[in-house]
Amino acid sequence: MPSGRNISVSETSRPKLPRHAKLKFDETRQVWVILAPERVLAPDEIAVEVLHLCDGVRSVAEMIDQLAAKYAAPREAIATDVVAMLQDLADKGFLAEAREKTP
Amino acid sequence: MSPTLTDANQSFADQTLADPSDGLAALEGRRSTAETYGIPLAVLAELTHRCPLQCPYCSNPVELDRGASELTTDEWKKVLSELAEIGVLQIHFSGGEPTARKDLVELVQHASDVGLYSNLITSAVLLTREKLSALADAGLSHVQISFQGNEPMVADRVGGFKGGHAKKLEVAKWTRELEMPLTVNAVMHRQNLHQLPDIIQMAVDLDADRLEVANVQYYGWALKNRAALMPTLEQIEETSRIVEDAQSRLKGILAIDYVVPDYYALRPKKCMGGWGRQFFNISPAGKILPCHAAESITGLEFESVRSNHSIAWIWQNSEAFNRYRGTGWMPEPCKSCEFKEVDFGGCRCQAFALTGDAGNTDPACTLSPHHDRIFKAAAEEAAGNHNRFIYRNFAGGTLEPVNDAS
Repeated sequence: MPSGRNISVSETSRPKLPRHAKLKFDETRQVWVILAPERVLAPDEIAVEVLHLCDGVRSVAEMIDQLAAKYAAPREAIATDVVAMLQDLADKGFLAEAREKTP
Repeated sequence: MSPTLTDANQSFADQTLADPSDGLAALEGRRSTAETYGIPLAVLAELTHRCPLQCPYCSNPVELDRGASELTTDEWKKVLSELAEIGVLQIHFSGGEPTARKDLVELVQHASDVGLYSNLITSAVLLTREKLSALADAGLSHVQISFQGNEPMVADRVGGFKGGHAKKLEVAKWTRELEMPLTVNAVMHRQNLHQLPDIIQMAVDLDADRLEVANVQYYGWALKNRAALMPTLEQIEETSRIVEDAQSRLKGILAIDYVVPDYYALRPKKCMGGWGRQFFNISPAGKILPCHAAESITGLEFESVRSNHSIAWIWQNSEAFNRYRGTGWMPEPCKSCEFKEVDFGGCRCQAFALTGDAGNTDPACTLSPHHDRIFKAAAEEAAGNHNRFIYRNFAGGTLEPVNDAS
């Protein structure tokens, strides 16, 4: 599975979190966190929503459509933000892409 | 909408130059964490002090815990369960050499079962591919391997272990083959700083995600070896230049964390993010400590997981944790200093080791009355040519044979 620093996120990407980046609800502090090597990231509410859509099947374009419909917001603005957030995660090495070929 | 990812990073070696973030503050931003002492996000579990390497700057205390005093498998499992229950999110399995414990796979599996994210901090020399694969299957999420140089001549001499460097390279490759992220930890000092550019390239070649360039911190074993390890000011200036250059050149390829040698800084480091503020570790024998060197401070009583107290109680109420918490304990020059909540007075262990009183301002600070005397002595040692190491071992240290020290 290609993972991490060399991923370039586009609307055709089908991203998911790699095994070493775990999205988890922190019961003690009542917030969502991403657990990564020796780090804890605190995604905001919308980032959590995006990350829940990252299943390795859905494309980034589909996620954007879904969010644009839900928030009745301009697609373009959402697209910019979602791609930037995912690219940030990819640059840190905390994003993976589903394999190109499907059996 | 603008989704963001706040870095709630809480590296246990919270001594990097940037120190941009404060994990608990990011997660508990609605409250004032500085005064509430929430449970840390990550805990360092020192499973054993046994180690095949003998690095002269080992961060373990000079008084090592013997194998017989180590927590049992069941005791560690109970500790891991309790940590997860009170809100700890990550566990760092360290040592000594954590793979010297025969039950490591079982402990990693238990950490996974109770929902802890596990990191392994290892010298790597005892690992086989089968063992590493079993650790990955048990849920290990990240491997950090220490390197003593970029080639065996220097590296194996520093570690006091023949063939160690070659083995580390092999294990680093297996780590990436098993799709686990890799951190290269390089401890730097006068006798290997010239290799830094090659160490950076080695980390890139190993496909590491992160490189920690950690200058030796001088307490415990490293203080015994200060004359052989202390870099010169010129070396440090060169190092900072090399690191800054590599950080921008390798953006997106290799993340580089840089731990400055505080002897040459103006202000002390915010050691452990402040005493008892966002970190604790557990010693092989089960003591809950504010930092891995804290047992070097005599006169403090540290509570054990073997006591009748819960871990949360020890963290919140034990005398050793409350002794240097916050800013109330501070003498001058800290007391009236505008930086007192920036660095929390620096490192207690260093203050104790160099001034005899853990309640003093860390003499790394130029405002400490002890600063000039101590750092003049260190600079003289750096300029000298005492290169023989005192190797770390259970016998209190062994002086390097003269013919090896060049």
